[in-house]
Amino acid sequence: MKIAILGMGSVGRGLMEMIDGKDLGLTVTGIADSKSALMDRDGIHIEEVLMAKHERGFCGDKGLSATDVIERGDYDVLVEVTPTDAISGEPATGFMKTAISRGKHVVTSNKGPIALHFASLQSLARKHGVAVRYEATVGGAIPVMHTLQHGLAGNRVLAVYGILNGTSNFILTRMAAEGLTYEQALLEAREMGYAEADPTYDVKGIDAAIKLVILSNTIWKRNVKLSDVNITGIDMLTNDALRLAEDQHCTIRLIAEAVPDKGILRVAPRILPRTHPLVVENTLNAITIDTDMAGEITLIGKGAGSKETASACIGDLLFIKDIHARGH
Amino acid sequence: MKLEMKDSPGQLVAALKPISEVGGNIIAVIHQREENVTGDVLGVQIVLELQEQRLGELISLIKSQGVNVLRIGKERLLYKQTMIMIGHIMHTDLGDTVDRIDCTGFAEVTELTMVMPAINEPSSARLVIKSVNRTDMEQALGILRGVAKEKNLIIIEPLEATG
Repeated sequence: MKIAILGMGSVGRGLMEMIDGKDLGLTVTGIADSKSALMDRDGIHIEEVLMAKHERGFCGDKGLSATDVIERGDYDVLVEVTPTDAISGEPATGFMKTAISRGKHVVTSNKGPIALHFASLQSLARKHGVAVRYEATVGGAIPVMHTLQHGLAGNRVLAVYGILNGTSNFILTRMAAEGLTYEQALLEAREMGYAEADPTYDVKGIDAAIKLVILSNTIWKRNVKLSDVNITGIDMLTNDALRLAEDQHCTIRLIAEAVPDKGILRVAPRILPRTHPLVVENTLNAITIDTDMAGEITLIGKGAGSKETASACIGDLLFIKDIHARGH
Repeated sequence: MKLEMKDSPGQLVAALKPISEVGGNIIAVIHQREENVTGDVLGVQIVLELQEQRLGELISLIKSQGVNVLRIGKERLLYKQTMIMIGHIMHTDLGDTVDRIDCTGFAEVTELTMVMPAINEPSSARLVIKSVNRTDMEQALGILRGVAKEKNLIIIEPLEATG
């Protein structure tokens, strides 16, 4: 199966390394970064491109762009792994729509387009008979979308609860374990490379809320928006609060929660018994799905990382390849 | 409640039957032979949930079965939830915050543990709220959320709805 990859950040590079190192039956015929692009219908030599990107900072021909790859490239699936723009979802949404309109499947790790334009992307994909898959947008390596769509098929999902942001979970873990203040724990998260220079999205619960929107729309298809989520971050938490919880054999975690029957859609720090299955340590993510038949299912795994995100994207790619091979 | 009845067949059933008739919910029946009670009398303790106004009716029904009601202990607030509050708790009138829950009549703040690190720094407090039932707890929580918003406090609620 032929794929075109947009984006050569840590996700894009991680994905290329995995595809290059494993015999998955995937041929990369197009690559684009923000400055350049290249195409080869017989397959691009990935190692050379990674080297070129490393040495000169761009991947291919500066006379070509992502748009050229999307509009003219010979590929079956567009892999869209450019940085997220959570406000407009562009230019990624436009890229995806162009590819879909050409009858190409889309695999993405990009939260913005899926959180903002889920319904229109899905209806366009239906119209053209292609798939839009986005496993990597929520819970990193955790196969939550596959679990929901296939493993739990036929169940009615009553609620989802989860720890969807590794950075804030790391901060809370460190505050509880070492009695650090929020500021000290944030500093440590930065030193470890878990928090960005501007940690607003992580610590104010926005990143978790965006993922909750994606989960909710996948499950209940009610077209909820980020502004529908009631959000409280962790940036106002005191270590005293953590200690008051720990005194009672409990702890505090940033929980994203959706219970449509009760009208609940929120992200907030919550008190949980330390033995609760959602109480995971450091940057791990955890998601509990409450269903009518299966009861509660909890998935735990790495919520970020280039190899982990590649795992989710490759899962989507091979799922599409499988369906293709069977002639659907 | 603690009951005293004849130690003969059918007596316990006769004593329990009226509970369901008045819409009560039996939580536990403790049935122990006490040493200082003479041979043919049996002491039984029953834990039950019942609307308060129907208690009189229940007692007379039980008595009409020839069963003696020895003692009734009331624990009105059966639901308990612990939450944590952060902010300028003291200076936003803690008394008023607690009162807003207490004055409902169906929920009370029964415990408060507070840590105040320094002047001008936010304090943290752990509150235990008890209520008559789950619905009342949700209502009390709603009031507390409103108070927190108005006073710029953060409320950290437990994930599980009730304790």
